[in-house]
Amino acid sequence: MTAEQIIFLLTGALVLGSAIMVVTVRNLLHAALWLVASLFGVAVLYAILQANFLAVVQVVVYIGAIAILFIFAVMLTRRELMEKGRQTRPNWWIPALLGLLLLTGLVLLILNIPGINRTAAALPVGLDTVQALGTALVSPDAYVLPFEVASVLMLAALVGAVYVATVDKK
Amino acid sequence: MTFWNNPINFISTWLTGVLTGWRLPAALSTILLYVVGITVLIIFAMTLDIGLVWIERKVVARFQDRLGPNRIGPFGLIQPVADIIKMVIKEDITPDGADKIIYNIAPVLAATSVIVLWAILPLASTIYGVDLNVGLLYIVAAGALGTLAIIMAGWSSNNKYALLGAFRMVSNMISYEIPMVIILLVPTILANTMSVRGITQAQTGMWFAILSPLALLIFLISAIAELGRSPFDLNEAESEIVAGFHIEYTGMKFGWFYAGELLHAFTFGGFMAILFFGGYGGFFGLEKLAFFSWLNIPFVQALVFIAKAMFGYWVIMWIKYSVPRIRIDHMLAFNWKFLVPLSLVVLVNTAVLNKVLIFLPSWLYVLGMFGSNLVIGFVTVEILRAYGRKQRKAEQKPGPQTQTQEQAL
Repeated sequence: MTAEQIIFLLTGALVLGSAIMVVTVRNLLHAALWLVASLFGVAVLYAILQANFLAVVQVVVYIGAIAILFIFAVMLTRRELMEKGRQTRPNWWIPALLGLLLLTGLVLLILNIPGINRTAAALPVGLDTVQALGTALVSPDAYVLPFEVASVLMLAALVGAVYVATVDKK
Repeated sequence: MTFWNNPINFISTWLTGVLTGWRLPAALSTILLYVVGITVLIIFAMTLDIGLVWIERKVVARFQDRLGPNRIGPFGLIQPVADIIKMVIKEDITPDGADKIIYNIAPVLAATSVIVLWAILPLASTIYGVDLNVGLLYIVAAGALGTLAIIMAGWSSNNKYALLGAFRMVSNMISYEIPMVIILLVPTILANTMSVRGITQAQTGMWFAILSPLALLIFLISAIAELGRSPFDLNEAESEIVAGFHIEYTGMKFGWFYAGELLHAFTFGGFMAILFFGGYGGFFGLEKLAFFSWLNIPFVQALVFIAKAMFGYWVIMWIKYSVPRIRIDHMLAFNWKFLVPLSLVVLVNTAVLNKVLIFLPSWLYVLGMFGSNLVIGFVTVEILRAYGRKQRKAEQKPGPQTQTQEQAL
């Protein structure tokens, strides 16, 4: 086993373990912090794949913004941070079964991708992945249309948020 | 390849030789080398941190017309050591209602969020941790971890003042992150890269401080806000909420917050030097002369870099000890209504002019960049002046608004 595989397995265990903790711990703030750990593990996975940009953006967006907003919302809206009710529903086995089916399907699908066993070729020396990503986002034969549509959507969301938050002056 | 030209590579080659001489597998010796390198870097940063305690206390004393520490050792140089001994032997208290695990992780995370920044800090052309191609975003990501540490500390202490301090700090950091991110794009545009080392190398011709002085100013302001230092120190406003998020921490746990804050300030001084003052390379153009070629030796470059970083640190201290704290609504309004629009204007200006002026001779390019910044600055000051005049006129008129403002005061 190479060092990379060991790191991958450890990170995978971190991601899955903390994801399970998110839905099982009773303290809501602990759940949010476990979510941070899980998201950080995903960032490490991106870093292993040499996707530097994705790894850093994962930390900036998911930990720096979304998780902190979660924690804020939990702290400001709940007086009691402990969840006291039952944690499972009576018919919990149906979603569990569906989840298992989905997992099986996904594993079969991924195993059937041609060349799944091949090791990925190393990135060419001197290739700036960030530059390549930036060029792809604005070049017409790549992702310029989805990129622009997404930015218009974001703008609409921003304007909507301002409209909803504005106090009626009348 | 000699020791003086490339010390890190020299030592690593030598150590690899030694380790493989001991019949260690190559992969294991690489990992060992990384561990050794990280440890040495952290020890260097923390040792510097001890010195920073002395520097900070001495500089504050000068600003406040005092002498500062002067009893232990020459010029009080051994004072920080005494401070550390005091902190280590103090009683270590975890409050009764505290969330023990989170309470104890928070100071470690706070210090870590600063130390990870040193991974990308290039001390010299051949002395650096790693050359990330997303270096500038990495700075923002490390800041996010710092925010998380403060929330954890404030919440787990089970103290209302701590929680209030944490809330204020987070609203502060989240809002000032926006001008910071926008303004980090200016060096990116000028250098055509986000790598910190690449930005340093792009400034061999001209410092970005001259190409975009407004960007430097906005970066300085948002860095101070990110550090939570005065005038943005609402998180630990001692006259209102005692000490803010670290109110319950004692001994070395408090020490980690304190050490982290000092090192953070110095590190941001370093980033200011890298992004706008040419980092390790460039000492007023002297390094290009044959007589001063010794300025290009890595160890001298590291000294130049530390001197520039100290200058940035000194400016941050200067502001901290001269400007009073501002109210939180003023702080947020200053960010959203002034800094964010201004940084957007500076960014658009840089992006457009950089493409237009690039065809001109270089002295015209520099002049155009500098002049456009001057124009933007002048217009901004004029708009502010007109706004202030309008506000004063509105206040002179007797009316309900004047009364409420007086009551608020």
